[in-house]
Amino acid sequence: MPIATEYGSLPPPDTATESRSEDYLWTLNFGPQHPATHTTLRLVLKLDGERVVDALPEMGYLHSGFEKIGEHLTFNQYVTVTDRMNYISPMANNVAWHHAVEKLLGIELTPRCRTIRTIIAELARISDHLLSNGAVGLDTGAFTFFLYAFYQREVIYDIFETLCGARFTTSWTRVGGVSHDFTPLVVEKIRTFVKTFPKTLEDMERLLTRNRIFVDRTKGVGVLSKAEAIDGGATGPVARASGVTRDLRKDEPYLAYADFDFQVCCASAGDCYARYMVRMAEMRESLKIVAQALENIPAGMVNVGIDQRMALPTKQQVYSTIEGTISHFELSMSNRGFEVPCGECYGATEAPNGELGFYLVGDGGEAAYRARCRPPSLLHFALVPQLIRGHTLSDVVAVLGSLNIIAAELDR
Amino acid sequence: MALNLPAKRVLSGNVELPENVVVSRLDELASWCRKNSLWPMPFATACCGIELMATGAAKHDLARFGAEVFRFSPRQCDLMIVAGRVVMKMLPVLQRIWQQMHEPKWCISMGACASTGGVFDTYSVVQGIDRFIPVDMYVPGCPPRPEQLIQAIIDLQDKIQAEGTVTGREFDTSQRQLRKRALVEANALHVLDAARNPVVQRELSASVHRS
Amino acid sequence: MPHALPALNDVLASVTARFGGLESSEFRGETRVVVPEPQSLEVLALLKELGFDMLVDVTCVDYLEYRGAKQRYGLVYLLASTTTNQRITVRVFVDDPDPTVRSVVPLWRAANWLEREVWDLFGIHFAGHPDLRRLVMPEAFAAHPLRKDYPLQGRGERHNFPVITRDHS
Repeated sequence: MPIATEYGSLPPPDTATESRSEDYLWTLNFGPQHPATHTTLRLVLKLDGERVVDALPEMGYLHSGFEKIGEHLTFNQYVTVTDRMNYISPMANNVAWHHAVEKLLGIELTPRCRTIRTIIAELARISDHLLSNGAVGLDTGAFTFFLYAFYQREVIYDIFETLCGARFTTSWTRVGGVSHDFTPLVVEKIRTFVKTFPKTLEDMERLLTRNRIFVDRTKGVGVLSKAEAIDGGATGPVARASGVTRDLRKDEPYLAYADFDFQVCCASAGDCYARYMVRMAEMRESLKIVAQALENIPAGMVNVGIDQRMALPTKQQVYSTIEGTISHFELSMSNRGFEVPCGECYGATEAPNGELGFYLVGDGGEAAYRARCRPPSLLHFALVPQLIRGHTLSDVVAVLGSLNIIAAELDR
Repeated sequence: MALNLPAKRVLSGNVELPENVVVSRLDELASWCRKNSLWPMPFATACCGIELMATGAAKHDLARFGAEVFRFSPRQCDLMIVAGRVVMKMLPVLQRIWQQMHEPKWCISMGACASTGGVFDTYSVVQGIDRFIPVDMYVPGCPPRPEQLIQAIIDLQDKIQAEGTVTGREFDTSQRQLRKRALVEANALHVLDAARNPVVQRELSASVHRS
Repeated sequence: MPHALPALNDVLASVTARFGGLESSEFRGETRVVVPEPQSLEVLALLKELGFDMLVDVTCVDYLEYRGAKQRYGLVYLLASTTTNQRITVRVFVDDPDPTVRSVVPLWRAANWLEREVWDLFGIHFAGHPDLRRLVMPEAFAAHPLRKDYPLQGRGERHNFPVITRDHS
């Protein structure tokens, strides 16, 4: 018999727990409004004093119909919506969306575009891990760590703002290229960031990595074994901290990742501390990629050529060549657009949170027929009950923080 | 409240005031205290929540304006900042939290999604929280820059100073909030089932006749 | 199977050996296999045995407005192998009325929430699912929003809530 509550009905209680005398177990609603649920997640916890006996996660408190919007907006318009998915690293979502679109359309990017997209995707990864670890720190009580992380994110926001005008809802990529190319000022700012970030990272590590309180709160908490991680579909740092050595940047190289030397960071413990360490190490690897890429940006055009009729030509070409004018006209008029095949494909990238993929169905029109987003956070949130069973209420907070569940990506 | 004091002041009844005595109205004094120590209740749902966090962080410090204490318990707050889109499933939660806050209380609707639904004109996003709760200040932007949010707090402080009363009389009048269009005022739960909602059925049959 | 990727040929050969001819194709470097519904669970179990240990996604496409579509709902199972880094896409087509597919939760735990979402947004029933209820929409919601006949702006559900004004806050 389902239990009716105001916001929905819960499934019948598990018969195994029913057999014990249950008068002393109480239900706590770790509701959608709570400082530690990163925005709108809900956990209904069954507690025995402070210990969690069972948990029922509920989501959907931020479901905005992204997939339905994808059927009404063109490919270049939808990138604005992808910004609002994993909103702590929107550039990574932009890159992921257009990676899938360009796979469907069969477009090959220019070398320059691949390199600058790689640099920006890695900066987004650093930004995401900073906030994720900062939130773990904040939830376990380390406020200074959070402020250090946020200060560095402001530096990254400044770089993004110099590049394309927006701090974080950037909508930077376009089909066949990007909307704003790197200017010398952007390159300078990134160079400065590469020089100054390691020192801050060291300061942050000194605060938490060997801090007795933090280690006690996170070691051994929320252990996810390797088999559970694969079975549960976990990807990204959550899976890598459990020993699954899968990183799409190495396994299915896309953009310019094959050209750079970096390592995949894994751990075997699978607890919150391992996830924290994996993210810290990944930030260092990302910085290595950015440093290498920055000195080797190929010259040349950043968008694909005019003859492909996919990306808007430069103003120089529009005003001085006939192909440029025709191409600009054809791309800007709403019923002329570009050729979209009638086919379906799935394009995935290694977003900071895991494997972010888009399953696109094209039907020849300029909007996708179906734009499915495969969110890494969905599968991570489904893992929460098995991770917190037997732990105390304060461990729930640490586990939620370490999984880095972004509600907008979870609910779409 | 102007605090420009001459060396010796004389009240209307020829009473002389020493320098360390300030005369004001109780309403102004109460408003001055309240505006400078607003305790925000961050109802952060989405991307605007990140900008809200950034506003509270070190670079754009909201604590300078007295709004440092981001308490997440509605019983301890007086300013609800709704940052981010509010969907159908979350709206009852929002309303319950609004009702749990004690008066005097104010609401800032941060961002385009909270003010009007923003880019999400979809089946699940509420097209503006002011349809369902009273809002005092709207901050446009997607997301608004931290500076915009700080400006909104400053403007709200001016509003509190200009209109505030010590007993909260300014909240008693229902004329101040114009109701936005809402189809039905009823209990939320059963009307989500379109089959039992008369308004929706009427619209559906109208659209069937149209098509 | 002339169209499959060379590396996946043995996989498809084993599948064909057990289940007979299955339509497969390749597009943009991906191999897709179409499986009729009565055999879906068995084929997926075989693929899991052959090394596809990670279920990447379960989703659905509503072909109501697609030119040349024969059946209305096309389920998509995206599988990946963490050991060999191969991917394969399995398609299962079902139709109105009463679209039903067998649940793959016994094979991969990840399918639990993914199938709940497909039920919620498309209305496809998963037989054998331990807990099939709505995931993203409120429990009392009565429609399946991602179907093509449901409008983007909804049918007024988002407006039907009580209004709280200043005098009764």
